[in-house]
Amino acid sequence: MAKDSSETKVKKDRRGFGEKYAAAPTPVKVVAVTLLLVLVYALPLLRPPILTTNSIDFGTVMFRVIAFALVALGLNIVIGYAGLLDLGYVGFYAIGAYTTAVLTVYHYSWPFFLALPAAIVVTMISGVLLGAPTLRVRGDYLAIVTLGFGEIIRITVQNVEWVGASAGIKDIPHPTGIGAKPNPPFDQGGLFQVPRLQWDGFVPIVDLEHKTSFLAFGSRDAVPYYWLILTFLLLILIGDRMIKASRVGRAWEATREDEDAAELMGVPTFKYKLMAFALGAAIGGMSGSFYASSQAGYINPQSFPLLLSMLFVATVVVGGSGNRWGAIAGGALVAYLPERFRDFADYRLLAFGLALTVLAVWRPEGLFPPRRTRRAKAAEAEIDALEEGTENEEVTHA
Amino acid sequence: MKERPLDFGALFGSFDNFMSYTAGGLVFGAIYALIALGYTMVYGVLQLINFAHSEVFMYGTFAVAWTFVFLHGTGRVNQSLGEALPVLLAALVAAMIVSAAIALLLERLAYRPLIKKGAPKLIALISAIGASFALAEAMGLRDRFASWVGLDDNLKNYVVPGKARDVYSNPVSIQPKGLFDIGGYSVTDVDLVVLFAALAMMVALDQFVRRTRFGRAIRATAQDPESAALMGVNSTRVVQLTFLIGGLMAGAAATLYMMKIGSTRQNAGFILGVKAFTAAVMGGIGNLRGALLGGLVLGVMENWGSAVFGSEWKDVVAFVLLVLILLVRPSGLLGESLGKARA
Repeated sequence: MAKDSSETKVKKDRRGFGEKYAAAPTPVKVVAVTLLLVLVYALPLLRPPILTTNSIDFGTVMFRVIAFALVALGLNIVIGYAGLLDLGYVGFYAIGAYTTAVLTVYHYSWPFFLALPAAIVVTMISGVLLGAPTLRVRGDYLAIVTLGFGEIIRITVQNVEWVGASAGIKDIPHPTGIGAKPNPPFDQGGLFQVPRLQWDGFVPIVDLEHKTSFLAFGSRDAVPYYWLILTFLLLILIGDRMIKASRVGRAWEATREDEDAAELMGVPTFKYKLMAFALGAAIGGMSGSFYASSQAGYINPQSFPLLLSMLFVATVVVGGSGNRWGAIAGGALVAYLPERFRDFADYRLLAFGLALTVLAVWRPEGLFPPRRTRRAKAAEAEIDALEEGTENEEVTHA
Repeated sequence: MKERPLDFGALFGSFDNFMSYTAGGLVFGAIYALIALGYTMVYGVLQLINFAHSEVFMYGTFAVAWTFVFLHGTGRVNQSLGEALPVLLAALVAAMIVSAAIALLLERLAYRPLIKKGAPKLIALISAIGASFALAEAMGLRDRFASWVGLDDNLKNYVVPGKARDVYSNPVSIQPKGLFDIGGYSVTDVDLVVLFAALAMMVALDQFVRRTRFGRAIRATAQDPESAALMGVNSTRVVQLTFLIGGLMAGAAATLYMMKIGSTRQNAGFILGVKAFTAAVMGGIGNLRGALLGGLVLGVMENWGSAVFGSEWKDVVAFVLLVLILLVRPSGLLGESLGKARA
């Protein structure tokens, strides 16, 4: 009896949002996903009340949110999948940004879409270079070594004239758009223009004054950048899903749970750890590359403080390390909340720190724990129930 | 930056230069070592990176400065070590109390609930990062808090309305006095006090952990928490004690730091904390003697490095050194052994 009830309970727990979605018929799925995508793409134009930031351009905030989500997705591979604590992720972010800046303006004049893959490759190589000697040291030491790496990168770009030293690099070109080139101040260029909504309380008004031109990357409007980076985020998301479900993903999981056991089962753990490190680095570099060529087109060493690394780690862990949706949600929270509450400007970091601690204490598994955790928990509960059952049996026997 | 060739002459050109860089490094290394204790003890017992320990130290530095303001007012004066000594001792006590209190508070609020739940280590790190942010920001916003309770006028020397985020200087700057020369480097009384105070505290702590009943409980818990608990060790007490010791040492380090440097600010702890943690790992985390060795080695090497490569590369030297040492000795110079120390 007891066993039956525990089994139904387990089943109920496991039937989350994901399973309901999986059970729906295909047309419903297609419509739901399309609607969701349209909504996400249109978000900075819809500017829903309450959600919209008042004192800072909402499009810019949304761009930052996605940039953080992209970073979180990359770091999630390192921390969540492979279980390696990387406290210097900002180093890769900086390498991506600086590679782009050097290639597009400072020493060469490549177009952005050529510099982006170059930045990805360079960060991936730097990930391998850092990982190859350090991934052999014990887990916790990796934290301090990577932390040192992040700081080394920052100090290096600060002191080396070749990458602009402390003055940074400015006038980084924007990505090449589609359609007419923007011709400021009046002609925004692009193929066509989309108006955005303005809200008077809860009444929407179409704001024809501020239009976003479709894929012309200028310095006035952040929305095209948002669309661009969101597209890349979705691509990475698909890749992430595929790799997680593959042999590689399982090897990561085995390495994370018990490295020795995995090694004994024939998993070349070092190789897979290095792979996770390099892939994570590449995604971080990609996000950095977008950051460099975004609206402002300016980077300097102060853009990459060590604290940013801590924020990245917090992003992944708060969302639920090992769950890609959790990582994205964490990225959104960490990037969005301080901007939304800019009115409390001075207190926002204090509140952020407190929130981090409270969240950690309140939900140690993160906001959205990966299914593995839930599955493991269910299994544990089952074992506990069984153990209790046998104990009771023994008691009755005695 | 101007491009600068490697300047080995600056370091090895004369014995005098070499000695002065070495001595300067030793003094700073001693301070690193004292802070490193907080990381190494907590790691030895809980296997957690006590990220907020840098803030424990930072509050200690403010406690020192406030004690001086309280007893001297804000008028800036120069004093010799002898003249400042009574106030300095009061400041030491204040800093140790404040740092220990902050450390215990951290343990109670940010760590204990997680340890009880058996949460993953990573989440404890996040909790600590959050606490560290909050503590540093609270110090930077102390003028606002004072004005909330309407005390900003009474406390204006302490909270500095509008400038709480700026550098906060000790009103009394202690003038070091050269005592004797080693190879042209004049060893000052401040240097000696810093070095010997740090060494004395380390020795005392080492003996405490090795010889006393409490020390045995700490070692037992570090070795095997479950067996220790079964043998009647109260693990919560042990963890508390560990944080208390870390806090006391950070308070002492804060006093020595203020003697040597003389000013602090709300984010002063961060980079020092990172260095101290590096020192702890370098010496072998969880190992008290390792923390001392790691601190001294780090202090000296980064001073030498800054002589050769230029001072802007100091931190890079420190971290590269760490990587090199870990490559050769993956568990630090002296190995990890809080549990292994023999009685």
